[in-house]
Amino acid sequence: MNRLWVGIFDSHEHLLRATRLARQRGLTIHDTYAPFPIHGMDEAMGLEPSPLGWLCFLFAMTGLTLALSFQYWVSVFDWPMNIGGKSYNASPALLPIAFEFTVLCAGLGSVAAFLFLRRLSPGKKPALGGLGALDDRFLLALQAGPEASAEELRRFLQTQGALDIHEVAPDS
Amino acid sequence: MSEKHFSVLRVPLVDGDKDCRQVTRDICAPLQVGPTRLWYISFAAAVTALLIGVTAVTDQIWTGIGTWGLNKTVGWSWDITNFVFWVGIGHAGTLISAILFLFRQHWRTSINRSAEAMTIFAVMCAGVFPVIHMGRPWLAYWVLPYPNPMGPLWVNFRSPLLWDVFAISTYFTISLTFWYVGLLPDLATAAREVAEPWRRRLYSWLSLGWDGSQRTWSHYEKLYLLLAGLATPLVFSVHTIVSFDFATSIVPGWHTTIFPPYFVCGAIFSGFAMVLSLMLIARRVMNFEDYITLRHIDAMCKITLLTSLIVALAYSTELFTAWYSVNPYERFAFLNRIEGPYHWFYLVMMTCNVAVPQALWSKRVRTTPWVVFLISIAINIGMWLERFVIITVSLHRDFLPSSWTMYHPTYIEIATFIGSFGLFFTCFLLFCRLLPMIAISEIKGVLHHARRAPGDES
Repeated sequence: MNRLWVGIFDSHEHLLRATRLARQRGLTIHDTYAPFPIHGMDEAMGLEPSPLGWLCFLFAMTGLTLALSFQYWVSVFDWPMNIGGKSYNASPALLPIAFEFTVLCAGLGSVAAFLFLRRLSPGKKPALGGLGALDDRFLLALQAGPEASAEELRRFLQTQGALDIHEVAPDS
Repeated sequence: MSEKHFSVLRVPLVDGDKDCRQVTRDICAPLQVGPTRLWYISFAAAVTALLIGVTAVTDQIWTGIGTWGLNKTVGWSWDITNFVFWVGIGHAGTLISAILFLFRQHWRTSINRSAEAMTIFAVMCAGVFPVIHMGRPWLAYWVLPYPNPMGPLWVNFRSPLLWDVFAISTYFTISLTFWYVGLLPDLATAAREVAEPWRRRLYSWLSLGWDGSQRTWSHYEKLYLLLAGLATPLVFSVHTIVSFDFATSIVPGWHTTIFPPYFVCGAIFSGFAMVLSLMLIARRVMNFEDYITLRHIDAMCKITLLTSLIVALAYSTELFTAWYSVNPYERFAFLNRIEGPYHWFYLVMMTCNVAVPQALWSKRVRTTPWVVFLISIAINIGMWLERFVIITVSLHRDFLPSSWTMYHPTYIEIATFIGSFGLFFTCFLLFCRLLPMIAISEIKGVLHHARRAPGDES
């Protein structure tokens, strides 16, 4: 991968404007970094909507199916108990646990999917950690390529009002 | 969570005209310096209370639950009262972190972290009571459906007590996950901000390599929304299921359909009282007055007042239904609460939960911290008494007058209750010292509301 040119901005508005313009000009946006999520940045960068909603639904359905079928198997087949003459498959009584287990699977599954999608794990080093994006700086990382030379990227970031510009290796 | 453009006429959510750098510094400040004397004194008191509790529980496990004041008639008393009391307190944390998030109440950002911490610690305290109530806590795993060699033998999935096991453990797990996910960006920020090497290592290890990348934020915002959406029905289900422990029985005073909403509302009421008590102390002791402002206290007081009114409505509905049912047992259960041997408990409960919170109609009261603090303590006491009245007073005189009796707590029970407060405050005080108490990234996201014209900040 080519080296990255990182412009450091002092506000989310400046970063948002620069990102929109960079996308209009057809520059390759590696990523942007900010201390809080910026409204409208997904559109500015042209990011796809997160698939986590669907994944969560999938985990929820798995949990629901597992909980209902297991309780049904236990109550009807493996260990039927006569409680007040009610039918073995008294399904309303199975709902509370089915609901709790659905929420448990959906919640834990979504978090696991999130960590996997972003490859987050203990001991991983944060990208561009020293440039202040976790504190009060807003970073735009552009990738040099056939459509824009390093010099063009530098000039672009400068005209957008970047306080400072760094050249970094992509995995640092 | 993300940056929204609000009217310039709106009141800012954070006082003191701060910028992002200042927010990082302010919130990480308590992690940078040694504990104050006040902290040491509080911590010593909390650990002492915890040790008293540990001693009592050890004695109870060694001897058996005969050390408690329970008898044949009153089989549930302080233990289950404390359990419901602590679970209830937890609910305000989830309300603040999940429900207010879904309603886009941005003022929640200053208090959600510590309210969620409160939830986790309160549920831990709650969990202790059913486990020690088993008498043989080393067999606690018997409540889980695990494959075993005892023939086809499973837990009874149609028992509300088992529903409780699933509800409370799911609630604890999801609350903890929600809290940790919310902490990720702040742990990364704190890892860069603090000086001590062990803290830097700990925070950066726990932050899982968080770097503030928009690609991560994009998934993160979705995840946070999903967890809030999951936690919201969860919090209602948990106290509904707790109320099923009572409502599905036939004891007069318990066997009512109003219990689930009544319990959920009471839980949020008591929880908000506890959040108020804790926040009023924390903002003074930790110098967070600019973040937990009087407007936050005001907003929390309004929710407390609303829930107090709902609880009052539930009390009157209960009384009306008992009279209207023409059921002699049901009528007696409520008359016994009002003029039986425990009538003082009922009177104090009504005063603390219905009468005292009415003072919150006044704006002056809502914005005077020490008055709010006293009211919140009164509500905490009132809500504990409510559970005692529901549980013990319904049990001690039911169908058979020959089995009527009184219940008196033993020292062991009192010490166990004190111990649960010790556990709660020990955890909370450690949390204040070890983790950022306010959600840094969320505060930064709402800093620009209403303060400057867009594009004008420094």
